Amino acid sequence: MFNDPDINDDEWDIILRPRSKWFSINLKTLWLYRDLIWMFFQRDFVTLYKQTILGPLWYLIQPVLTALTYFVVFGKIANLSTDGLPPFVFYMSGIVMWSYFAACLTNNAEVFSKNAQLFGKVYFPRLVVPLSVALSGMVAFGIQFVLLLAVSSVSAIGSSDLHVNWAAILWVPVLALYTAGAGVGVGLIVSALTVRFRDLAFAVGFVTQLWMFATPVVYPFSKIPQSYQILFHLNPMTAPIESLRALLYGTPGVDTSLWFSNLAITSVFLLVGLILFTRSESNAMDTV
Amino acid sequence: MSSDLVIQVEQLSKHYRLGIINHGTLYRDLQSWWARYRGHPDPNSAIGGWGPQLARVQGDLFHALDDLSFKVRRGEILGVIGGNGAGKSTLLKILSRITAPTAGEVRLKGRVASLLEVGTGFHPELTGRENIFLNGAILGMSRSEIGSKFDEIVEFAEIDQFVDTPVKRYSSGMYVRLAFSVAAHLESDILLVDEVLAVGDISFQKKCIGKMEAVGSSGRTILFVSHNMASVQNLCTRALVLKDGHVDFDGDVRDGIHHYYSFFESSNGNNLDGAKRSGDGRARIIDLWFCDGNGKRLSMLRSGETTYLNIEVEPRSEKLRNLHLAAGITTLRDEGLILLSTEISGFNIDDLAMTKTFSCEIKRFPIRIGHYSMNLFLSVNGIVADYVIDAFRFQVEDADFYGTGRLPNEGYPHFLCDYTWKYG
Repeated sequence: MFNDPDINDDEWDIILRPRSKWFSINLKTLWLYRDLIWMFFQRDFVTLYKQTILGPLWYLIQPVLTALTYFVVFGKIANLSTDGLPPFVFYMSGIVMWSYFAACLTNNAEVFSKNAQLFGKVYFPRLVVPLSVALSGMVAFGIQFVLLLAVSSVSAIGSSDLHVNWAAILWVPVLALYTAGAGVGVGLIVSALTVRFRDLAFAVGFVTQLWMFATPVVYPFSKIPQSYQILFHLNPMTAPIESLRALLYGTPGVDTSLWFSNLAITSVFLLVGLILFTRSESNAMDTV
Repeated sequence: MSSDLVIQVEQLSKHYRLGIINHGTLYRDLQSWWARYRGHPDPNSAIGGWGPQLARVQGDLFHALDDLSFKVRRGEILGVIGGNGAGKSTLLKILSRITAPTAGEVRLKGRVASLLEVGTGFHPELTGRENIFLNGAILGMSRSEIGSKFDEIVEFAEIDQFVDTPVKRYSSGMYVRLAFSVAAHLESDILLVDEVLAVGDISFQKKCIGKMEAVGSSGRTILFVSHNMASVQNLCTRALVLKDGHVDFDGDVRDGIHHYYSFFESSNGNNLDGAKRSGDGRARIIDLWFCDGNGKRLSMLRSGETTYLNIEVEPRSEKLRNLHLAAGITTLRDEGLILLSTEISGFNIDDLAMTKTFSCEIKRFPIRIGHYSMNLFLSVNGIVADYVIDAFRFQVEDADFYGTGRLPNEGYPHFLCDYTWKYG
């Protein structure tokens, strides 16, 4: 019956078979569900700060307080270099970029277990969820970036060694997209693995925290000894954070070779993430 | 001819690994892998032994669906019925793409919508309006499609005054009406419905059935899974009866329902000859029956009445010492309920020289209405002599256990016990 010549695959719209394809993303279906990406984003955005007093102000409070803490700890006490930038601006530029990456990573790490209720009852391309997470993060990033610009222009008035290159803002969406790619890529890998190994869910939070210290957020790449630089070639978040500062404020930044290795590693993360994610989505609901 | 088919299921199987899918932690996975690598037994595998077992279990795989095939034509309303664990939900989950099959193939034509739960993805903080859009999108509708049906959905759900109120303030009835209303307006060629109609008040249920019938006659194909024979009979044009993961009946609705009910009637009673047995056979259980205090055999038990379980055991070898006999009562889903064991209760059977009947008195039979199964176990000197799975099926009817004319409601299905209240 299986090889019945009368049955033409083209006649049927959906064919369900045991998971066999090594890698399959159905972009057409994903496109059909594009409104759902938007609806999930809207839901998360609207409900996140419901019944809080400060509401969306939290988007601003978080980076400001974090930058202030780094300013005191790493700037004043540890006296780390800031590439000649006003420390507050330096830290905040790093934090804004890093937070977006961290949000894409951690919020996607438990996609299957957090959405088990929904995934167990209705089908839609599961990739919708990571995409809407990236979209929510993008909006938070946008808000925080505007704050960064405000802080920068205020600082530029008070200090002569800070010049903001406003034209560079045009590059920021590119950096944000790259960051989303890296964060979602790693997040998808972790999400596929947490289906099998719950341990990872515990590790994600603090590994992400530690990862930040391996990234030029509280120190500049220019102060990294030659022997450690290989590590930063492997860390996909080195280039975007350094480039944001280089483009906006004219810090030394990173050379093209580091961009290339960062891009390569992000592509690998994203590809492996998509493969693992699509492979686990078909049977994940039997496990979680 | 084949163009008229909209669902084609061929040799579909779904196997689940028993127990937890894996050990959940990396350490144990590595441990198992290392043991297998060195040819040792897996230290994390489940230990077999006395307990409910299913014929569908092979190794550690459970065959939820086993080589299932059927076809559905456009416009048919197929009712899928079957006992608990027959594979209905698994079938629905595969058709609605929540999980992938283990083997076989499903082909579907047109847009498929599945309704396994009412209000999937509703967010309590969002208003009715926002939830209509969210839920619609989750079910696969586009924004413009929902927008064009919005008024109709609100009207059908009878919630027009509350459309901008967060749904957490809705009564449960309003919530269900809204949720169903969204789903009912979903335009699809194939609709898969699980027992969602069991919620909501009766008048709304009728309205929903009406709505579903209306779309059914307009060329929509519906696959309807239910325990409710009345709604299957009213709604469906064809019945598919599943049993143990197979198609047991496929055809006319009335015949299908009749067939479904006949499972129980025909399978009641002693199945010692047909059942799967294991053990070394030094002694055999040759008969068993229930009787009342006067020794009258019972074909139907009543909860609350003194009941005797009689098991006749025949020795097939000399000098049998130290016997243990046990009968385990399970649901038809093989959930263990009660184990009646000579060993646990301290009744010693020192030897067995000739065929004997053992009788177990159960005062105030504690199990409620339903169909149950029994597993039997006999050991001689610690070695299994006879082990019969699903040896006996019996039916219990509710009786006035408490002498008050009242019984617990449906949420408490299995047991009744003696108790008294007083002021502490």
